[in-house]
Amino acid sequence: MSIAMRDPWRLVLSALLVALLLAAPGLGRQALAQATTPGAANPGQEAAFAVPAVDADTWRQIRAGETDANFRDSRADSTYNLINASGETWRQIRDRWVSPFGAIAILGMLAMILVFYLVVGRQRLDEPRTGRKLLRWPVLDRALHWSVASLFLLLGLTGLLLLYGKALLRPLFGDGAWAGLMIGTKTLHNYLGPLFAILLLLVLARFLRHNLPRRHDLAWLRQGGGMVGKGHPDAGFANAGEKLWYWLLASVGLVVVISGLVLDFPNVGQARDTMQWANVIHALGALGLTAVALGHIYIGTLGTEGALEGMTHGYVDESWARQHHNLWYEEVKGKTDQAAPEEAKDPSSAASRPPG
Amino acid sequence: MATMKFMCDAERCIECNGCVTACKNANEVEWGIQRRRVVTLDDGEPSEVSISVACMHCDDAPCIAVCPTETLYQRDDGIVLHDKDLCIGCGYCLYACPFGAPQFPQQSAFGERGKMDKCTFCAGGPADSKEEEYAKYGANRIDEGKLPLCAEMCSTKALLAGDAQEIADIFRQRVVRRGHEDGGWSGNPRAEADSLAHDATRQG
Repeated sequence: MSIAMRDPWRLVLSALLVALLLAAPGLGRQALAQATTPGAANPGQEAAFAVPAVDADTWRQIRAGETDANFRDSRADSTYNLINASGETWRQIRDRWVSPFGAIAILGMLAMILVFYLVVGRQRLDEPRTGRKLLRWPVLDRALHWSVASLFLLLGLTGLLLLYGKALLRPLFGDGAWAGLMIGTKTLHNYLGPLFAILLLLVLARFLRHNLPRRHDLAWLRQGGGMVGKGHPDAGFANAGEKLWYWLLASVGLVVVISGLVLDFPNVGQARDTMQWANVIHALGALGLTAVALGHIYIGTLGTEGALEGMTHGYVDESWARQHHNLWYEEVKGKTDQAAPEEAKDPSSAASRPPG
Repeated sequence: MATMKFMCDAERCIECNGCVTACKNANEVEWGIQRRRVVTLDDGEPSEVSISVACMHCDDAPCIAVCPTETLYQRDDGIVLHDKDLCIGCGYCLYACPFGAPQFPQQSAFGERGKMDKCTFCAGGPADSKEEEYAKYGANRIDEGKLPLCAEMCSTKALLAGDAQEIADIFRQRVVRRGHEDGGWSGNPRAEADSLAHDATRQG
């Protein structure tokens, strides 16, 4: 160090001399090789100077998506490997399995509902309406239900458009209308998703007390909700079918919500592979839920006489309650026998009735 | 009709990033977007190789298959282009692409993706005027009878662009001269230790 400080030129000169001595034999060889094959590259010579190539193990690592400390990518913040084979896997899963699964699940469910409706028909009230009403869904419950329901429908429709729109609707549209439709679709889906997540949590919390499993739920399931065997099986405020729907939303629904949030906010550093799997899980769960929701919608509207009014006006007829939710009916009657009738007690009931 | 392809000769690439710079310059792409990148394996080791990567204009392109809006499409000459008016920023092409070609500006809130951008093989894209085309997609050199600027400016001619048949022929000639059974792309178990020093002329 001190020598270099005192006499830097001597150091440079000696370094040059060493470099020249080291390079001389190489230069000599090169000159010789060029002399023997003037004007043309010599395969043997080029091969002799070549370094060993990246070995098979490196290519295996690349295919597996592993990178080592000596991997460089000139793009800023790149999270890519040289080749990302998982993309093609994701494409195959999505296009070959998820899309057909969804179509089969949803169209199959529609077909089953249609056949059921044509064969079995609407579930009528066994006894005529009494005209006496019981409060089943207070206004907050109904508001929550319909908020979640309308968001579910919107998210379901936009989700289906994202998956099937290109095949089904694209041929009907010009570029301009199609672009507008799809940009609207994606924006709605991405912005309503988090709102749905919050409302789903609220509705799950609010309805939890109705949906705790009871022993009689097993009998209800064994009898297929009254379709198998004689008589109507016991049911409390919620029957076992409703409870299954609740717990499906509480499990698969939450998975769909979480995987959706992973896809919706790509700025928290999740890897592309994570998003590929989140997309598959999100699509499978949502398509399954959509299929089951069709059943829920059918049973709640066309399928059961007297069911929808509970969720629209809040009140159900006593004969409906006795037929479908006998344990709840007895519980409510047991309470109201000592007190004033439910309807008279609730001042909001008149306001929530439809006009006429 | 020709089928346009890129091909990077890994034995020639010196990792100068000239292609990256040329691409940026030719196409004036948005801030934060880099259509071409150079990947180096085993950096600093004797076996170091570099490869320039952008959209490979695949025959059976995964991005086209998964795009929900037909933003991505393939021309008759094999070039995969994108229509920014149709892009909704879902990111599916980014999930599917094996080469990391599609990129999204993510300057808006919550990391919401803007319109996808990727290499166009310097063939522009759908637009009503030349000015609009340049603003949206960058240069359309193919229309002018020129090849992509990245390949044109490659100092060692490692990056080749053009008709697949022609660039394959060029690469084949190089491999024959170099004397390597497998070319730059090893993995053949017959190739002796996958070594570039393999001498084809001494093959018994």
